Amino acid sequence: MLSLGSGGAKSTKPSFVSYVTPEEIKSEKDPPKQEKHPDLLPGEVEFCSANPILKYTQDDLSQRGVFGTLFCTNFRVTFISDEKPQEKTDKTFKNKLYGENDIPLMCVDHIYGVYDEKRKLITGGLVKNKYPSKMIIHCKDLRVFQFSLTFSKEEDAKKIFQGIAHHCLEEKSLKCVFAFSYMGTPSPGTDLSFCREMQWKQETVMFDSPEDWTQEMKRTKANCRLVTENENFELSQRLPKYFVIPLTIGDLFSYQGKGLPIWCWSHYSGCALFKASFPPVTQEDGDFQKHLDTMINAVAHNHLYSVKTEDLSESLPNIQDIQQSYNKFKQFFLIENSTDFWLSDVKWFSSLESSGWLDIIRQCLQKAVEVVECLEKDNTNVLITEEEGTDLCCVISSLAQIMLDPYYRTLMGFQSLVQKEWVAGCHAFLDRCNHLHQKDKEVIIACSFLPVSSDAILQPEKSPLAQSGPLSCPTVWDWSVQFDSKAQNFFFNPLYLEKVKHDRAVRKPHKPKHQRNLSLPSTAFKTPPKKGFFKDETDSLKKMLRVKRLSRWRGSPDAPTATTREFFESWQHRPLDYHGLLLPCLDGPAVHIWMQRYLRWIPEVYILGGGSVAVMTKLMELLSQVQDLKRVLEQRDSSQAAKLDHRPYFQHRLLSFDSSGRLSSSFPFAYTCYRSFKPIIPTGLMQSLMVTDSLASQEDEASSVVSFV
Amino acid sequence: TSCVIPSGVHLNLRASHKNDMSLVEVEEANPAMASAPIAPYNSSPLGNSSSPNASRESLKMEPLADVAMLPGEERVIDKDIIYICPFNAAVKGKVFITNYRLYFKNTDSETPVTLDVPLGVISRVEKMGGASSRGENSYGLEITCKDMRNLRFALKQEGHSRRDIFEIIFKYAFPLSHGMQLFAFLSQEKYEENGWNVYEAMEEYRRQVLPNSEWRVTFINKNYELCDTYPTILVVPYKATDEDLRRVAAFRSRCRIPVLSWFHKENHAVIMRCSQPLVGMSGKRNKDDERYLDLIREANGTTKLTIYDARPNVNAVANKATGGGYEGDDAYQNAELVFLDIHNIHVMRESLKKLKDIVYPNVEESHWLSSLESTHWLEHIKLVLSGAIQVADKVSSGSSVVVHCSDGWDRTAQLTSLAMLMLDSYYRTLRGFQVLLEKEWISFGHKFASRIGHGDKNHADQDRSPIFLQFIDCVWQMTKQFPTAFEFNERLLVVILDHLYSCRFGTFLYNCESARESNNVRGKTVSLWSFVNSDTSLYINPFFTPESSRVLYPVASMRHLELWVTYYIRWNPRILHQQQSPVEQRYKELLAVRDQYLKKLEELQLSDSTHLTNSSTPNAATPNQHITHLQTPF
Repeated sequence: MLSLGSGGAKSTKPSFVSYVTPEEIKSEKDPPKQEKHPDLLPGEVEFCSANPILKYTQDDLSQRGVFGTLFCTNFRVTFISDEKPQEKTDKTFKNKLYGENDIPLMCVDHIYGVYDEKRKLITGGLVKNKYPSKMIIHCKDLRVFQFSLTFSKEEDAKKIFQGIAHHCLEEKSLKCVFAFSYMGTPSPGTDLSFCREMQWKQETVMFDSPEDWTQEMKRTKANCRLVTENENFELSQRLPKYFVIPLTIGDLFSYQGKGLPIWCWSHYSGCALFKASFPPVTQEDGDFQKHLDTMINAVAHNHLYSVKTEDLSESLPNIQDIQQSYNKFKQFFLIENSTDFWLSDVKWFSSLESSGWLDIIRQCLQKAVEVVECLEKDNTNVLITEEEGTDLCCVISSLAQIMLDPYYRTLMGFQSLVQKEWVAGCHAFLDRCNHLHQKDKEVIIACSFLPVSSDAILQPEKSPLAQSGPLSCPTVWDWSVQFDSKAQNFFFNPLYLEKVKHDRAVRKPHKPKHQRNLSLPSTAFKTPPKKGFFKDETDSLKKMLRVKRLSRWRGSPDAPTATTREFFESWQHRPLDYHGLLLPCLDGPAVHIWMQRYLRWIPEVYILGGGSVAVMTKLMELLSQVQDLKRVLEQRDSSQAAKLDHRPYFQHRLLSFDSSGRLSSSFPFAYTCYRSFKPIIPTGLMQSLMVTDSLASQEDEASSVVSFV
Repeated sequence: TSCVIPSGVHLNLRASHKNDMSLVEVEEANPAMASAPIAPYNSSPLGNSSSPNASRESLKMEPLADVAMLPGEERVIDKDIIYICPFNAAVKGKVFITNYRLYFKNTDSETPVTLDVPLGVISRVEKMGGASSRGENSYGLEITCKDMRNLRFALKQEGHSRRDIFEIIFKYAFPLSHGMQLFAFLSQEKYEENGWNVYEAMEEYRRQVLPNSEWRVTFINKNYELCDTYPTILVVPYKATDEDLRRVAAFRSRCRIPVLSWFHKENHAVIMRCSQPLVGMSGKRNKDDERYLDLIREANGTTKLTIYDARPNVNAVANKATGGGYEGDDAYQNAELVFLDIHNIHVMRESLKKLKDIVYPNVEESHWLSSLESTHWLEHIKLVLSGAIQVADKVSSGSSVVVHCSDGWDRTAQLTSLAMLMLDSYYRTLRGFQVLLEKEWISFGHKFASRIGHGDKNHADQDRSPIFLQFIDCVWQMTKQFPTAFEFNERLLVVILDHLYSCRFGTFLYNCESARESNNVRGKTVSLWSFVNSDTSLYINPFFTPESSRVLYPVASMRHLELWVTYYIRWNPRILHQQQSPVEQRYKELLAVRDQYLKKLEELQLSDSTHLTNSSTPNAATPNQHITHLQTPF
């Protein structure tokens, strides 16, 4: 293994190219090795390759590397090591489509080249003739790859560099997206049928048919109108095929597809949440105002003639701000080596703050809480608006729905929500994913609730299929394409408790299974739980008489007004019901970064044998124990033999990890290489804390008289 | 004064149980808050019948408003008062002061607002406002507490009520400044177990397989003649004679010679602790000290002894001016010296002060992270932890180490005890942790009295510093990172910190063993461990998985270190809600379900076996076997 200095732009010597020539390396090895090729997916085509390429291993204090071949295909950049595949890597959460050394082209964020010790961002212009000695790839999923190109033949190196740069960075037509070339059919083998039958009986609601929408309206008892006029996108390209609007809206076409209040969700009280883009501004001012009035009136008519409107583009940071903040934020996680890690550790908190990311998260959650307050406490309709109506509107409306509706906290429910608000809801994934990680936000928030039953939320982002527009492609929700059933189990939150059914006869403590038994969303929610909800009939009556139209109803997000605080506190004081309303605490110390996602690839932060996974493992073990016991008990009860439980009790069983290795806190999301049990000792501690106070030089004991015996 | 509740023993009993926990609860919170925060720790109903209550019943205590007083607690005064709660509005009520606590109960509404503050927690009492100031509540009283909160009261102008209450609080909160005794000496509490027996030095050394052929036990300090701040029993290299020890003592600050703290059973490496060598400006050398350190190195054949000086390099150099210093290369050729850059007690005190500023009464909202960073509190934690990691790593790799700072009772205690916690799983048990504190902190002379200022009115004393709190915070950070490795839970840590100040128990009183002995602390006071061990179920971490041979290395990165919100911000009702741990709750539920199933299965099998008795298999071994099999299906 070769050991290098602190690589990257900082090293003062040229990389170790002078020590060994490519020829030497070749000759060292045994007779011309069998050429290696990646296992191509159906529809995947190899463009170019180069050998030998040195891939630096990141998870080590000294920079080392592995030799191998680098390939570029129409789906990914992939590296195949010359060394025997190491079995030691943790495969529990393996993606079947791509592995540790695969970078889907769509996942590439930035490429840097190191030219004569200078690091340059690769853009179209730089690709020309000269190729860098080292190529650094930053991925959208925050992985960092470093390849040395100096060992392979010049033309190979050039080709692979240009190939990768071209396929990752050049503009391309939608047709080139791999999802269109992908010929993979969901393997009809054991995996799928197994999953279908045993694991999830219900499917994700795709919201691509009138039925799905009707069903959803029924489930939430909405009294709105389904629009089918846009089936062929005659109304607008920017509107979904099917959508739902307030009953009172008559003339659809006068809106030119803009400014239509689109129904999101109905509260059991009858009030509902709507979102809208701005009406076209090209018209006369009067028309604009008229449109606005019609819009608001239509929403108000939905329930008790009350409405609150909120212009999100005014009260939340705009898309550019969010993008800028995220760009800054993600830099803290794109760490190339240990030195960088410890240097940045010193100012960690202030760096986080300076990116503003957590504050944006807080503001979004805060806004969602305000929306929830209107629906839940005041029972007024809410209309949120925004320029396009498909960015922050999606964030706020889906957050509010997660807080209010327990169905969306189930795995299927959550997937349906993403489908409803984001995919069918026309969030511009294609545009935004190139610039904007809008979903992150939604996603990070979902995770801050414990009972949310989804660890899966990471996946759609890096999936090659996530951006599939036409629905003829396999959808991401068919997880079996990417993960085997064992890995899919990680999607479940073992803490999630299904709602205790109202079997009056048997009030068992809690059923030790945690997959929600919803046959169909529609039946599961016939009677929304009233427990813990505000309900005040007289109040509603009073409201009949007044219309609230507050274009902006709250001040700055930093200082939520007393009433929201009150709303939160009164919620806080009631016993917590995981199947009722959930509100997040937004105080400074309560908002954390999502470690498992952002620090996923940084070995320095792995706690060997620790982290919350240690507790989860214990919990899983206990769960499977309880299930085994239950089964044994049931089997013994011969009279019940016929009714034997066919539920997939093995789910947790699969998660009982053998105790051979200690799990790292990064489990199961990172590829853990079992490092030696050596601790990681922070470096650069001295720089970290320069206390300039005079106190620092003081003696411990004020009256320090040292005996000079 | 009509406070005696006639409803009798039953009520009283329940109240007294509640009282045991009262320090952990937030007292001024809303009614819902009073029960909510405690939820994760809810003991089983069985917990109520523990021994302390039983013993108290026999003592027939007089109830104080609605809490029972401790045996030995006496009422001093009560007054109508207004509590200016920082989280709600001003609350009218009554304050009761005893020789142990300040208790406040509101009278103006049904929602109970109570405060239950041991007087030992008070660091400062001030009068605010007065005749010259305006406003309703102008006759104010401000009480600064050692546990991250301040209390404000307002009193009526008439009848010198403020003067009276001020004087009484001042007197009883600082008894040592008034020639009175600390409450621990007045308490009549009785517990089944005597917590003073938790730690017996010889027993602990024997557990570590000491003495042995390399290390001997010496009684040279039997009468505290060698070193008055060390315990009587010390472990030193086998080859070092008592005469050697005396000569080494002359070259170590306050005679705190290098003595053994911990012995690695497999590789025989040791952790030694001591104070700085008295090198001074002239760079004095001492052959005996040099030889002594070499004996330590030789004991297990370590090639180079590592000396960890906890201080920053510059401070160590500066110490030469006052006669101290560090082990120079030339004098100690078989040793390498590593500075761990941990700052002194004054820096730590100021850091905590800044922390209090941003969390009490209101949490700094808009720039929380950068404010937190500017307190440097977590950075100090990081330095202490990473120092301990280095010590533990060195020892587990087979090299012996010597740890010191200036006097070897602050930073040294932090480092050795944290390293021992990483290396030895025994110290991660409930009892082992008590032993660790008794050994490394109490017996080796961490100056609790000076650092905490028990019963002393001099709130600005430069000797005060939150060194022990910082250590407990480090332990908490470790329990956070390794949630299954510790037998005890967060609650134990909070209770320890509460009674660090309360003066209810003798455990943390005085600076060293010799002082404790001359004041007969063991005979006259109750140990905190008597109280803790009377109901251990409260302090057990349900996730604990014993794993004996494992060294725990926490990650000392700011990415992982967090502020211990449930301690530092626990008085804030908004924050407190977060304390509930759904994971723990769920786990406990599942445990109950499992036990229920197991019982059912056992019953079934028992009835089976009685059926089968006729055939042949005679005893109950069969069901048992089956059950054990079920319990470990993995």
